[in-house]
Order: sequence, then structure tokens, then C-alpha cells
Amino acid sequence: MSQDELISRLSQLTEGVSVSMGPQYVTCQVAPTQLHQFCKRLKEEKDLAFDYLISLTGVDMPEYMTTVYHLESTTHRHMIVVRANTANRTEPILPSVCDIWITALWHEREAHDLLGLKYENNPDQRRLFLEDGWGFPLRKDYSDPTRIVER
Amino acid sequence: MDDYPIVAEYEGGSIILAQFDKLINWARSNSLWPLTFGTRCCAIEFMAAGASRHDFARFGAEVARATPRQADLIIISGSINYKMAPVLKRLYDQIADPKWVIAMGACAVSGGPFFYNSYAIVKGADHVVPVDVYIPGCPPRPEALLYGIMQLQKKIRAERNYSAPKSK
Repeated sequence: MSQDELISRLSQLTEGVSVSMGPQYVTCQVAPTQLHQFCKRLKEEKDLAFDYLISLTGVDMPEYMTTVYHLESTTHRHMIVVRANTANRTEPILPSVCDIWITALWHEREAHDLLGLKYENNPDQRRLFLEDGWGFPLRKDYSDPTRIVER
Repeated sequence: MDDYPIVAEYEGGSIILAQFDKLINWARSNSLWPLTFGTRCCAIEFMAAGASRHDFARFGAEVARATPRQADLIIISGSINYKMAPVLKRLYDQIADPKWVIAMGACAVSGGPFFYNSYAIVKGADHVVPVDVYIPGCPPRPEALLYGIMQLQKKIRAERNYSAPKSK
């Protein structure tokens, strides 16, 4: 599907999702409450068929945190970007999409390990790389006087 | 000389010990077997130095042993994490004496490009194990690694294990 067809098709998919053209791909901004339903429809609709989650990335913003999902369809070969913002930075919780795309299990573990984003219904919320007592190093306000030499 | 008082008593005995020292040092320096320890990009240059174009087997490093019990040199090629540091220390302890350490590449020398603003890289392998030779470079060319091995050989030949009194 071309970018314009994607924009019109995705706008009709769920209420309250704002679809627009991003720098490279069609970008959908979704609220956390609708994220799971929206992603399920993205995978199950026959003409969308987004079955490949390329990456799931956490972003640390001043007021909230965002998760960015890059999705591709292996049958139709179109790519989109889905973004979901959390409510605040103190309790950053989002629904998990690991029942839709299994690869999200590990990506969400990494986002939790390095940024502190929590995903409900993820059965495996352990840390991935770092040890248990470590903070969340990729947050902008992380400081570690013993290990980091600031510049 | 304190280890071999009988030999040193005779006239010219210390000459024998000095020649013995030279022989042992020659044997040790020309048969340094490294432990395969590459954590990062410098390991590729280490492999290139062991391949056919620049060959470190002609310097005596015939095999890079996978077990520390049969190695006597550890070439730290690559950056050391805080997670990897106890592993490195354990491997270093498992190598039998005499053992030497070469820190290859900027990360092992001083933390390299990760010296500033990095939460995970140890700022130099000499925080973990004592290092004999430092090879700068990111990564050092295979010729630089061979030069480092040659400098280590020079350092080993200058040791005096049997012909000088041990410092008390």
C-alpha cells in the first residue's frame, strides 16, 4: 500500500489514533489504553498484515516516556511507525505487545533494563544486561559518580 | 644466588647462573602461548596477526590456547565491562606462573573512547590485572601487536630470576 492509502486506512482503524506522515514513514500516535487493540488489528487485518516487529525502542522525554514501534509487513512490504506516550515519568507503564509479536518479550526487557519502562502483562520482566541493583542508565538524569567520568 | 648457594660459592659460579638465566629467558620469550581472550574489535586484529600475512607463530606463539592452564600470556584485546572484570581476574589467576599480560588497544589501555560518560566500561584493564606491555591504537595494526610482543620478549630477556638476589 502506498503512504497515502496507509494514512487513510489507519485513520479509520481505531478511534483516537492520530496518523500523519513522519520524516520517513507513516507515524501513528496512540494512547496507552488503545495500544494493544490497535496493534492487534494491525496484525490481523488482511490488507495490513503487520507481522514483523522490527524494533521496540524506549525514549526518555522531559515529561513522559515514549515507546516507538517499527512495524513491517512481510507480505505487503510496507512499514509504519507507532508511538505511544506514557502518562508521566514516575510510573511509566504501557501495555505489552508480546502476545502479538513474541519478539517484544526481549525488546521490552531491554527497555525496562535501561530506561525503567514497565510493560504490564509481560510475563518476563527481568533485567536483560545489567545487574539487579543497577539504576536505569539511559535516563537523562542518571548519574553514577563511581563509574562515570563526566565531560 | 640465594637459591643456589652451592653454585655461587665456587669461583665463576655466578657466571653459570647468569647463563642459566639467559637460557631460561630465551626459552620463555620465544615460546609465549597466548590465551584466546578477545572481547571486542581488537580481537579481529589479533586474529589477523595470527593469520598468514602477519604471523605471530614465527614469534613463538604457535597456538593460542583456549584454556588458561596451558597459556602463559593473556592479550587483553577489547574493552572490559564491569561484568567481565571478575571473569578476567579469574582467568588471570588460573594461568600458572610465569605469566604476562599485554593490554592491546585503547579500551584495554585506558578505557579508550569510553573513558567519558560510560557507565559500563572499566577505564583500563590495569584496574583488574597487572599489565606488562600497553599497545595503543584503535585497533592497533597487526604490525603494532607484533611490535608489542617483541617488546614483551625484550622485557622477558631482561629478567634475572636466578642470577640476582631476590629482594627481601
